[in-house]
Amino acid sequence: MATSSAVTRTAARPGRPVPTRRTTELVLVLAAVLLAVFGYIEVGVNVDGTVPADAAEYGAALGVLALAAHAVVRWRARYADPLLLPIAVLLNGIGLVVIYRLDRATAGRSAAPTQLLWSGLGVALFIAVVLMVRDHRRLRRYAYVGALAALVLLVLPIFFPPVYGARIWIVIGPLSFQPGEFAKILLAVFFAAYLAVHRDALALTGRRVWRWQLPRGRVFGPVLLIWAAFVGVLVLETDLGMSLLYFGLFVVMLYVATARTGWIAIGLALAALGTVTVGWLSPHVHSRLTDWLDPLGSIAAGKGANQIAQSLFAFAWGGELGTGLGNGHSMLIGFAAKSDFILATIGEELGLTGLIALFLLYALLISRGFRTGIALRDPFGRLLAIGLAAIVGLQVFVVAGGVLALIPLTGMTLPFVAQGGSSVVTNWIIVALLVRMSDIARRPAPEEA
Amino acid sequence: MARIRPRGNGPQGLPGISVTGRRAGTFCLLLIATLCVQATRVQVFEAKELDHNSANQRLTIERYSQPRGNILVGADPVTGSVPTGGRYDYKRSYTDGPMYAAVTGFASQAYGNTQLEGTEDDLLTGTDGRLASWAVWNALARKQNPGGDVYTTLDRAAQEAAMRGLGSQKGAVAAIEPATGRILALASTPSYDPGSFAGYSSADQTAWNRLQTDTDQPMLNRALRQTYPPGSTFKVVTAAAALADGIVTDIDAPTDAPSPYVMPGTTTPLVNATSACDRPGLSLDTAMVLSCNSVLGYLGVQTGLDRMVGMAASFGFNDGRLDMPVRPARSNFDTKMNQSQVALSSIGQFDTAATPLVMAMVAAGVANNGTVMRPQLVDKLTKSDGAVVQLMKPAVYKRAMTPEVAGQVQTLMTDVVEDGTGRNARIGGAVVGGKTGTAQHGVDNSGTPYAWFISWAKPAGSTAVPPVAVAVVIADSDATDVTGGGLAAPIARSVMQAVLGR
Repeated sequence: MATSSAVTRTAARPGRPVPTRRTTELVLVLAAVLLAVFGYIEVGVNVDGTVPADAAEYGAALGVLALAAHAVVRWRARYADPLLLPIAVLLNGIGLVVIYRLDRATAGRSAAPTQLLWSGLGVALFIAVVLMVRDHRRLRRYAYVGALAALVLLVLPIFFPPVYGARIWIVIGPLSFQPGEFAKILLAVFFAAYLAVHRDALALTGRRVWRWQLPRGRVFGPVLLIWAAFVGVLVLETDLGMSLLYFGLFVVMLYVATARTGWIAIGLALAALGTVTVGWLSPHVHSRLTDWLDPLGSIAAGKGANQIAQSLFAFAWGGELGTGLGNGHSMLIGFAAKSDFILATIGEELGLTGLIALFLLYALLISRGFRTGIALRDPFGRLLAIGLAAIVGLQVFVVAGGVLALIPLTGMTLPFVAQGGSSVVTNWIIVALLVRMSDIARRPAPEEA
Repeated sequence: MARIRPRGNGPQGLPGISVTGRRAGTFCLLLIATLCVQATRVQVFEAKELDHNSANQRLTIERYSQPRGNILVGADPVTGSVPTGGRYDYKRSYTDGPMYAAVTGFASQAYGNTQLEGTEDDLLTGTDGRLASWAVWNALARKQNPGGDVYTTLDRAAQEAAMRGLGSQKGAVAAIEPATGRILALASTPSYDPGSFAGYSSADQTAWNRLQTDTDQPMLNRALRQTYPPGSTFKVVTAAAALADGIVTDIDAPTDAPSPYVMPGTTTPLVNATSACDRPGLSLDTAMVLSCNSVLGYLGVQTGLDRMVGMAASFGFNDGRLDMPVRPARSNFDTKMNQSQVALSSIGQFDTAATPLVMAMVAAGVANNGTVMRPQLVDKLTKSDGAVVQLMKPAVYKRAMTPEVAGQVQTLMTDVVEDGTGRNARIGGAVVGGKTGTAQHGVDNSGTPYAWFISWAKPAGSTAVPPVAVAVVIADSDATDVTGGGLAAPIARSVMQAVLGR
């Protein structure tokens, strides 16, 4: 390949050992933990005037999790991309700090300890995936089973009571789980497997309508069916953010596999049509669209500030440098301040500077995912890595765009940062898969070693 | 094939995943870049507007997150702050709300700020840049300074005398120290308690609504924000103008004012309240003692519109920005009039209207030998630890007349109190100069007349500038005989006594 990435260039150079970069990773991981502990102390100093008593414990917990993950990567994925794990640790750490800070403003409803527990589970699953998935290509075998399982997971919440107007939760006793989060990985695996096999047929056969090549129903049918089932379930459950994400993921992976730009046009047209239809039919969605078009409209109408307006107030108050952790008033947003609207707290207390730094962290994570995909040799792996990176990118855009009034608000969690166990666990699995695949991409061929 | 397919390792020469993946990656990064742009828009370019949105509670939260600085009379605070335990940590309290409401104004979490609470808000809140030792660093760190204190120029005894004198009548008092422009008293009745709606609870709302709908308008600041036709008290201005212009040189010499005086361009004579005025050739002194409309109207016309406007302006008329630092309503003396209108205006009728503050400036300007000082309500601004941020400096507003002319006008005013309509203002052991006014108003003068009195006083034998000048207006009294001398002069006397007795 004339345009191969830096990673493959290094691997192709004979007689020179490929650097593992594990020490780089260790230093970055430790820096990420220290940054989180610093944030934790800042909250304590700003709110109580003293260093929180449990700062050491908190730092230790995060440190142990991070070092355990690092040790496993060092042991089983020596050539993995050294940026993936530190970024995940830092994002998770920032999330814990901000949730801990918001706990201080909501007496009696602590979310930070639970979130730390979920982070622990996430890291455990990260370790499990890195250890058990020795070669990502084995996942291909479970593509159809996985898709079916995902569908079942998505249907299940219909039988549980709705939470805040959305039937997306499975509630068992004190535990609640959002299966849609986990299902997106299974869906990415299915798309990758299916498109890797059928991409030639999809791209080249079929009828031509005006300028666009439409694939034969036989080839395209199953994938469209699975996708329609997913989106149908999501619309019924009124989880718009997630259906938007699935839709975007589908379009991106189809384009990457087939290089047919027509898919993007059709995809955008369908998305617009879907939004308008749902916006027309569902009053819930209709009000979201109205709020997006005029975030401050409810104030002029004498009904006070809605959540979007409150979110914009929080961002604006932060300005360039922010108020400092613990000094903002983002609790005025009310409901979902720790989950869907957590970005507003970051914007208010860390300012534009902190917010852009956070966006750049995501950009870095996404670009490392895409790089991994491009560096791999097998089409399945390439599509999977790209799909997983696209999930992170689209999700950040949908949730951040929503709270910044760039696009209509759809309930979604900011990867790694927002409160929500399912989300944290899922994102750790995504990073685990990317670590595994980047290890394979950079690993020198056995005969050269 | 004639057409050359694009290079690539995808199906039949279409771009491969290396290319499409890169494009998709670029797309995702563009999405993130869009987020950065939008964040910049919201947090930098639209921030100010959003911060000041009426539905955004942050400014109010910030404002009440610490005790507010105090407003002081003498060395004693007349305000305070009490912890609320609610969303806003503290709210404003007042030690004697109705007594000082015309000066302090209010600081309400629900209804905003007025008067000194409004003009000095930055200092009281702690956001004034002068309170910070390290301004740039504090701005970066968003460090809030403790609120500073506002020391007023008020004289507690004078203020109390004014409020006591006004009692249940509708009216106002303004008292000034002529040599400096310091405002010694500023009272308006009926008053209100600004502490009754300092918070944002339903009780605050009820109190506010009751005050807003009260037909007596207790929240109207009659000393500053309301103008009344000054009536005969304005004759002091006319006399000063006539003397300054040389129309009259000797106050005891007969003038050439005719009797009856038919206003130029009309067939209407300018009538007098007392028949003693209906003689030709009265001196200016006699005309002032008897308060003769015909003589002063005639002299006003002789002086001319331009000179009259000039003299009125030097006392603060027609100045819409007479900030002290609270902005009073603009007192009016028309600048385009025919001669009969000038005649009426010269006796304080027609469109002439003045705030009690400006009429106090008239008395003060005469007392201060012709130099009108800029009225000021703030003595000094300090940090919470007492360090002075700003100290009041007396400032000349305008030089209305020469000391010689001022001396003549002073004599006119003392004669009014000694022998004329202002006898009720006499104080034993003191020299008092004054002028009464009873201004008609309403359709065909059907309204209860406004009773005015303006005066100054100094200890007998003193050659110094009198320490007090005062203006009193009673707007709506139940008294049967409404005259300036009867209703307003006694209040002015007690205010002057309070200052002289210091």
